[in-house]
Amino acid sequence: MTAVTRWLRGEGPSTLLLLLPLLLVFGLFAWFPIGRAAVMSLQETNLVTEPTWVGLDNFELVLGDPLFWTSVKNTAYFTGLALLFGYPLPLLLALVMSELRRTKGLFSVLAYLPVVVPPVVTVLLWRFFYDARAEGVFNTILGWAGLGPFSWIQDATTAMPSLVLQATWANAGGTVLIYLAAMAGHRADLYDAADVDGAGILRKVWHVTLPQMRNILLITLILQVIATFQVFTEPYLMTGGGPGNSTTTVLLQIYNYAYRSGEYGASTALSVLLAAFLGVMSGLFFWATRAWSTS
Amino acid sequence: MSASSRVQDAGERGILSGIDRRRRGVRWSMLGVHGLVLLGLLVVCVGPMLWLAKAAVSHTQDTLRSPTALWPGGLDLANLSAAWNEAEISHYFANTVWMTTGAWIAQLLVAATGGFVLSVLRPRYATVVTAAVFATLFVPGVVMLIPLFLTVLDVPLLNVSLVNSYWAVWLPAGANAFNVLLVKRFMDNLPREVFEAARVDGAGPFRMLWSVALPMSKPILGVVSVFAILNAWKDFLWPMVALPDPTKQPLSVRLPIIRDTVELDVFLASLLISTALPIAIFLIFQHLFLRNAGLGGAVKE
Repeated sequence: MTAVTRWLRGEGPSTLLLLLPLLLVFGLFAWFPIGRAAVMSLQETNLVTEPTWVGLDNFELVLGDPLFWTSVKNTAYFTGLALLFGYPLPLLLALVMSELRRTKGLFSVLAYLPVVVPPVVTVLLWRFFYDARAEGVFNTILGWAGLGPFSWIQDATTAMPSLVLQATWANAGGTVLIYLAAMAGHRADLYDAADVDGAGILRKVWHVTLPQMRNILLITLILQVIATFQVFTEPYLMTGGGPGNSTTTVLLQIYNYAYRSGEYGASTALSVLLAAFLGVMSGLFFWATRAWSTS
Repeated sequence: MSASSRVQDAGERGILSGIDRRRRGVRWSMLGVHGLVLLGLLVVCVGPMLWLAKAAVSHTQDTLRSPTALWPGGLDLANLSAAWNEAEISHYFANTVWMTTGAWIAQLLVAATGGFVLSVLRPRYATVVTAAVFATLFVPGVVMLIPLFLTVLDVPLLNVSLVNSYWAVWLPAGANAFNVLLVKRFMDNLPREVFEAARVDGAGPFRMLWSVALPMSKPILGVVSVFAILNAWKDFLWPMVALPDPTKQPLSVRLPIIRDTVELDVFLASLLISTALPIAIFLIFQHLFLRNAGLGGAVKE
């Protein structure tokens, strides 16, 4: 019996048949498009005529666009602010919530609720909250404390922080639950040992809790950076990139190239650049923190 | 302390020891901190949604003039029916349900069959396939957007355009590496003897999947399901690109357009209706979310 007939008579064909959905779906809608992205960034594609090779022209066009550096700066600003607002807060919340007993579930449900609200609903609702009139929702509430009224998303200086505030509201709950899950697996004997040594609460947090969370803290940091660099829905629906391009992000540029100007090659070139940047940055990040991470 | 009591203890204590907890100062300050956090969560996380629920049944003028007052001009329950009928939310709601159902089935099918083959049957090429599936996790979604659109426009091998067909959403949704790996890892931990016994009894791969692996994998399939449904319901950019025909679009794509065409109170009612189902699913299956958010949240973009 040859290997082929043995394969045919055994479980070979039915195994392959069972794997077929995965192979087809990943092949057509994941592996093929990823490979195609690299090719397309070197081609001019207009959907009408056959694509032509244009070398690095797309990259030149994208890098020479006066909006390129604007969008990069805006995206970096969004990411930086998102870390400032959204990185320490979930950790603090999780630290407090981890000490709860029976009510931990209730607190978790409340913290996670914004995450399940569809982003489009959140963005459109907050767009209304950011009404710049004195009768706007946020301006009314801040007015009670004698603050404002603020222009929120209508002012180039406050537009981006407003977007970040909304994005933080929508996403922080997920990170809280990740941290809570990590804390639930912490070794109780280390806390026992710290008690024996007479450590106070803050010292226990600093010397026992946080060191055990190094890996998860590093991973959420880099994942948050990668996710926020791809911000799209917030600026697209809330400000459309304005006012005065103050909230034009890289992803908005990618979208506009393809669906406003029909420049699919330029659009893909910019997304390849972004992906390469994120890849290199994650690599450097893990390399730089390898000594600090525990595994 | 014996080993077993220490294990029991692991789930019991955190930063505070029993002695800490019995100290009066600690107890009161913990109570204070937790009270403040509870209040903060209620106001910040639930508040906006409660406000939306209030505004959905208020008159436009009330919402614009005194947004924090409770119905100075009386209730306006007609908003909900106006949104459902005149703003055609019913139609887009049905579209969303249909789109979500298909995306859910596609993800479940691919994850269950793929995870089973890669974990239990383990053909010789399984390592390569697993690695190729895993690799897609590291490709940022943005790289795929345009090439995926062009692929859907003219699917290789089939030479059909899926644009404006729900298949354009369903099939790419199935290519979710996270689901496959989740199911694979779960099945990796099932006892191998069960499958060996089934094989000895003459069960083929299909029988083993249907009668052995799937019934034992219900918990993980539940996790995959709730995240699949919620993520499909949330999806915005891809349905907008893949379904340009307004009559096919889901709520997420239509809401920004509805905003410009109907009165504010009806629009806010539409937002509320669009949120009701995801929140209901979350509250019903909250234990699945809370226990697995660590997994789901970590990889979700």
